[in-house]
Amino acid sequence: MDTTTSPLVDMRHVSIAFGGIKAVDDVSINLYPGEVVGLLGHNGAGKSTLIKILSGAYPADSGEIFVNGEKAHIARPADAKAYGIETIYQTLALADNVDAAANIFLGREILTRWGTLDDATMESQTRKVMARLNPHFQRFKEPVRALSGGQRQSVAIARAIHFDARILIMDEPTAALGPAETKQVGDLTLSLKAEGIGIFLISHDIHDVFDLADRVYVMKNGKLVGSARVSDVTKDEVLGMIILGKCPPAAIPGPGAVA
Amino acid sequence: MADLFRKLELDLRLIGMLAALAIIWIGFDIFTGGGFLTPRNLWNLSVQSSSIAVMATGMVLVIVTRNIDLSVGSILGFTGMIVGVTQAVFLPHIWGFENPLTWVVAVAVAIALGALIGALEGMIVAYLGVSSFIVTLGGLLIWRGAAWWVTTGQTVAPLDKRFIPIGGGIEGSIGATASWAIGIVAVVLALLVMQMVRRRRLGFGFTVRPLWAEVFVAALICAAIIGAVVVVNAYDLPVGVVRQMQAAAGASPDAPLPEIAHGFAVPVLIAIAVGIVMTFISDRTRFGRYVFAIGGNPEAAELSGINTRRVLTMVFALMGGLAGLAACISTARLQSATNATGTLDELYTIASAVIGGTSLAGGTGTIYGAMLGAVVMQSLQSGMVLLGLDAPLQNIVVGIVLVVAVWLDTIYRKHVR
Repeated sequence: MDTTTSPLVDMRHVSIAFGGIKAVDDVSINLYPGEVVGLLGHNGAGKSTLIKILSGAYPADSGEIFVNGEKAHIARPADAKAYGIETIYQTLALADNVDAAANIFLGREILTRWGTLDDATMESQTRKVMARLNPHFQRFKEPVRALSGGQRQSVAIARAIHFDARILIMDEPTAALGPAETKQVGDLTLSLKAEGIGIFLISHDIHDVFDLADRVYVMKNGKLVGSARVSDVTKDEVLGMIILGKCPPAAIPGPGAVA
Repeated sequence: MADLFRKLELDLRLIGMLAALAIIWIGFDIFTGGGFLTPRNLWNLSVQSSSIAVMATGMVLVIVTRNIDLSVGSILGFTGMIVGVTQAVFLPHIWGFENPLTWVVAVAVAIALGALIGALEGMIVAYLGVSSFIVTLGGLLIWRGAAWWVTTGQTVAPLDKRFIPIGGGIEGSIGATASWAIGIVAVVLALLVMQMVRRRRLGFGFTVRPLWAEVFVAALICAAIIGAVVVVNAYDLPVGVVRQMQAAAGASPDAPLPEIAHGFAVPVLIAIAVGIVMTFISDRTRFGRYVFAIGGNPEAAELSGINTRRVLTMVFALMGGLAGLAACISTARLQSATNATGTLDELYTIASAVIGGTSLAGGTGTIYGAMLGAVVMQSLQSGMVLLGLDAPLQNIVVGIVLVVAVWLDTIYRKHVR
């Protein structure tokens, strides 16, 4: 991890409200290359909303986003992808009625020189990326609907990593997985980190986050409670941040911390 | 058996539909004492199915995106009136009657106007968020009213001589030689495409059908094409027409009359061309891929960076354009434009798409299925006409068949997954 350079992502004073309720209230977070940063909090704490702003699903009401030190304008999902920000959504966001290749290349199809879909090339690349994630996967011709939970998850991950992401957002990537598949996702996370990719890991499983993350941010009721290096705090202290909003001495308190 | 089908990589649903069609055809042929499976009836059936088949290809895409278009019959009526007025009133003012360009302009106007109306409805659905059921229900009333307004209800006739063949009939039949030419070209193209696809898949090391299966499927396709040519060429022009043609050619009135075949009808060729283009659009283009992705999961499509509103607008515009083309076929077939043309066509179009396996839940549907669905609907109707059933009874039967067909499809879907 390299903190001397400018952060890969720097979200400053970001807010968004839905119908008068501030889902994200003045939150600032950052992420460095080769770093895994956990984003923790209860359901409804605003984690998913915050990363949906970064991935372009919601435009922020106020605040700024910097990518590589430069101000980024992210209004739509396509904008985020142009900055190398890829997202694995909690819901997976797969079109169930089409096959793995169609999902992986959705919105970024490979075309032949006549401007038609190049399904053969897309299938061949899909076979390569899936071989890395899920070596036993063979159901390339079937609609994603027919796949198991783990296989669907692999497709969603493949879509995010196939396009040379520099910033990866993983929203509850292991929620639907068994122990073996969870470990596989953990190994993948570490190998992507070693490649210098910055990863936001959203989870409410504190053990997952402690195993993989370098730092954690904790959110509560839309506000940032604080951040801490995983090596400086205990799980109980982080649980205190999540439940009570109380910052331990080793953490950097945010606007949402209780005194 | 299932293993055999898997080897052949044949679509089970397609086979089911063809089987259903075969049962309907053979059933009617038995009940009418051999009156159904005649070249004449099959030829008429093909012409009568064309207009709905053209629109059904567009309806598939509309329904796949979880929308509906109830206004296509009225768009057909309105654009049909404009087509009539364009060639019978506007253009003759400019360049007189029977100008060789008249029919081209008329057809272009119909398609463009239909597309414009569709785009307008699509924009209201996509950008203003009004449900397509309501927007197009409004459209059904609005465009039918507009159709009346064009001439305050008067029928427009006669139409341009070069426009009439679009509707079929004797002027709109291409004859035996041209039919054979088209049949042979179609066979060659089908074989070339199959070979290209196979070679490409082999090049990537993907699995392909066993060679015997490939040959079997190819043989089936070729037999179907050649069979169609033989049938349309077995339907001869009426003796009176042939006699007139002979007289016009200066032959002696005593000379024996030759047998002149109809061959393919122009509207059928238009419908087939539309089917091929629409299949290409839905399977091979980005736009088609996005249509299905939106139907499968609108949120996922949005998050993938697809401009879903633009795609929806384009789907409705395409539907409108096809309704404009169908208006040309229907108007030319009637040889006059009336404000009632296309009444209830929206329901036959939707029924064709649904019988053809398009799911109203969105995300699934095929162009060829919808076109076959149109043929099934038309077969039922013309069979019942041959049997002399009263119109109200015909409607009851068609309604029952629609519900049963969708029920069977529901069972099929449950068992396949």
